[in-house]
Amino acid sequence: MSTPSSLALRGIRKRFGSVQALRGADFTLAPGELHALLGENGAGKTTLMHVAYGMVRPDAGEVTVDGVSRALASPRVARRLGIGMVHQHFTSVPAFTVAENVALAAGWPVAPGALRERVRTVADRFGLPLDPDARAGQLSVALKQRLEIVKALATETRILLLDEPTAVLAPGEAEELLRVVRAFTATGGAAVLITHKLDEALAAADRVTVLRQGSVVFSGPIAGQTSASLAAAMVGDEGRDGVRPPAAHREHAARDAVLVRLEELEVPRDSGYGIAVRRATLSIRAGEIVGIAAVEGNGQRELLRAVAGRLPPLRGRREVAGPVAFIPEDRTTEGLIPSLTLTENVVLGSRPDDPWIRRGRVDWKVARARTASLLAEFGVLAAGPDARAASLSGGNQQKLVAGRELARRPRVVVAENPTRGLDLRAAEAIHARLREAAAEGAAVLIYSSDLDEVLALADRVLAAARGLVSEVPPGATRAQIGELMVTGGR
Amino acid sequence: MAVLLGLLLMAAGLQLAGYDAAAAIGALWRGAFGSWYALTSATLVRAVPLIIIGLGIALAFRAGVLNIGAEGQFYAGAIAATWVGLHVAGRPAAVALPAVLAAAFLAGAAWVVVPVWLQLRYGVLEVISTLLLNFVAESLVSLMVQGPLQESQHIYPQSDPIAAAARLPVLPGTRLHAGLLLALLAAVGLWYVFGRTLWGFRLRAVGAGPRAAEISGRVDARRMMALALLGSGAVAGLAGGVEVTGVSYALFQNLSPGYGFTGIAVALLARLHPLGIVATGFLFGALEAGAGGMQREAGVPAVAVYVVEAIVILVVLLADAATRRQAAEAAA
Repeated sequence: MSTPSSLALRGIRKRFGSVQALRGADFTLAPGELHALLGENGAGKTTLMHVAYGMVRPDAGEVTVDGVSRALASPRVARRLGIGMVHQHFTSVPAFTVAENVALAAGWPVAPGALRERVRTVADRFGLPLDPDARAGQLSVALKQRLEIVKALATETRILLLDEPTAVLAPGEAEELLRVVRAFTATGGAAVLITHKLDEALAAADRVTVLRQGSVVFSGPIAGQTSASLAAAMVGDEGRDGVRPPAAHREHAARDAVLVRLEELEVPRDSGYGIAVRRATLSIRAGEIVGIAAVEGNGQRELLRAVAGRLPPLRGRREVAGPVAFIPEDRTTEGLIPSLTLTENVVLGSRPDDPWIRRGRVDWKVARARTASLLAEFGVLAAGPDARAASLSGGNQQKLVAGRELARRPRVVVAENPTRGLDLRAAEAIHARLREAAAEGAAVLIYSSDLDEVLALADRVLAAARGLVSEVPPGATRAQIGELMVTGGR
Repeated sequence: MAVLLGLLLMAAGLQLAGYDAAAAIGALWRGAFGSWYALTSATLVRAVPLIIIGLGIALAFRAGVLNIGAEGQFYAGAIAATWVGLHVAGRPAAVALPAVLAAAFLAGAAWVVVPVWLQLRYGVLEVISTLLLNFVAESLVSLMVQGPLQESQHIYPQSDPIAAAARLPVLPGTRLHAGLLLALLAAVGLWYVFGRTLWGFRLRAVGAGPRAAEISGRVDARRMMALALLGSGAVAGLAGGVEVTGVSYALFQNLSPGYGFTGIAVALLARLHPLGIVATGFLFGALEAGAGGMQREAGVPAVAVYVVEAIVILVVLLADAATRRQAAEAAA
């Protein structure tokens, strides 16, 4: 359609707080190609594309568009250079019409008649029929996604960045979308497709780049790749162990009591619609740490919450010994209340048998003293028990949550991404506490989006894929685990 | 500080508008504190409903429920108190008075049953439903005083006076009634519930972080919010009952000069702290009492006092926002 274009990112580095999201990533996009960008959650895929779209300023590195080095100060600048992006979440105004949404994104004047024609022209050119007068909020999910693409293509776009565009689509709709993207690249456009679906990448892409922990670990033609080789690249296989063999202290495990037993458990999605966990059967013994390896959104979150008693299952049997400690993933909205004091946040997790609860009354002196000793025991850096939780760093907040939950000597511990966003030392401290809880006889169930963390902690690994939970055999390699994370073992 | 600034700005405004500002402020002061009678019968009598309603507002707001319908709940309580008060003639005060106040309390709670149900069943915002029910309550009062509860002569749009046994004791020589004790008791009670009980703590936790209260505290946040709204309505209804049994002894339209709305300001100004509400309720009672004096003596419209009230609230909110920003900057 227009002049060929290419995008090159070189040595991109970006740090968010204590998290190094990108560690010198390189990425090139040739004209006319569909380039799949793969990686685990948190590998840096979205951040890298946000750099290309001018939404994130890199700490270091160079962005080249059509061979010219560019400083992309904002998405507006990127759009002017012919770069369009479809975001992971819908970004349309529900109350606006399709035409108004396109005008808003493209910066077109809102002149009803002309605008309608203009939107129709763009939509038809790419084979994406859309009613310009329909309200965006009333479109089906597939049509909403179509609107997002039309918005991204509306301004002479030659480079299209798609962040998990098929995650919300049914299989037929996903194929339709990929067909449209192929048609776009066939006319000289270039597209990047971020996806978790390896089959999709294998079927549609020309080239593939795999990110792992902020670095590119593979980049090359898709030809010759298999879902197993891509999964291996995503989770890494160089010189690291897979599931470690049972340690010496674990040999008596068969004799230990079973503290968590699930049979044929079905759990609804957290959002309320659909089933997240399908017929999960598993048991965890005292002293055992079980880790779940999964790509985000495969039912692991709901499984953990069902075990922790935070989400009622639909059917099946659930036997969990108490008390249960639960360390939720999002510490500032679920683990604690930032505007309350540390003491109040400790009292938040109260049970009727806690020493500071007396017939429905709170003895704040006792609670405060307990909080002070928790701070010391778990190494929480804080001004004192009366400090607000908001004044703590992320790592110290997480130590507080872990301390509150683990100090009660729980028999079952459930932890979701317990070290997300923490620096190495804080993460090590949390790991040590989880191991200690297991050593004292608790059954521990953890999920981490970082497979390394799962492997470092777990005695036994389960893989979750599309709500199906399968056992990873002892001694399995990372590649085998990656395969199970994709296929679910069936 | 905020009060002084508010008064200063009002004085400046009055001067510009051609009034004698010094005389107006003097009249305001005399109207509120000028005599024993002014203090007890004007200021404190107005402070009582403001304190009680403010406590009810705090109960809801602390749980994160925005009850804007205290005015309507106040009227619901007043209607129930009048109705029961007319039917307890001849009973001992020890029976009559509690019955009347209990009726007001329950009527206030009943008035929020619909908002609670709409919220739980359909997710209708309580801000809107409670606000709209204010208008319904006001219409209901005017229906009552021209219909079932109209005085026996059927001339005036008001009810007959309630039975003597259903009236709150009055401090001799003044109009100050035992409702003040009730308000102080309620303030201490709510302070205890918020500060010392697990239930009160959980209520505050739901208001401060509903997700965390559910996930980490295992509190049923929706149930807690529904209870808080019911309790809030009941307390506002009680204020209506206290007004009827302590001050008006009868039901009529415009029984409340906007107590239900001023009560929100009273609660917010005290940062929803029960004991602070006693102080801010007293302050606003004094301002409203002084407004009457100002109008009588200096010919300044009483609404000028609303300027002071508004400025006080704005200054406090600004100071709060500034403190929060400083805290946020310190944390970052």
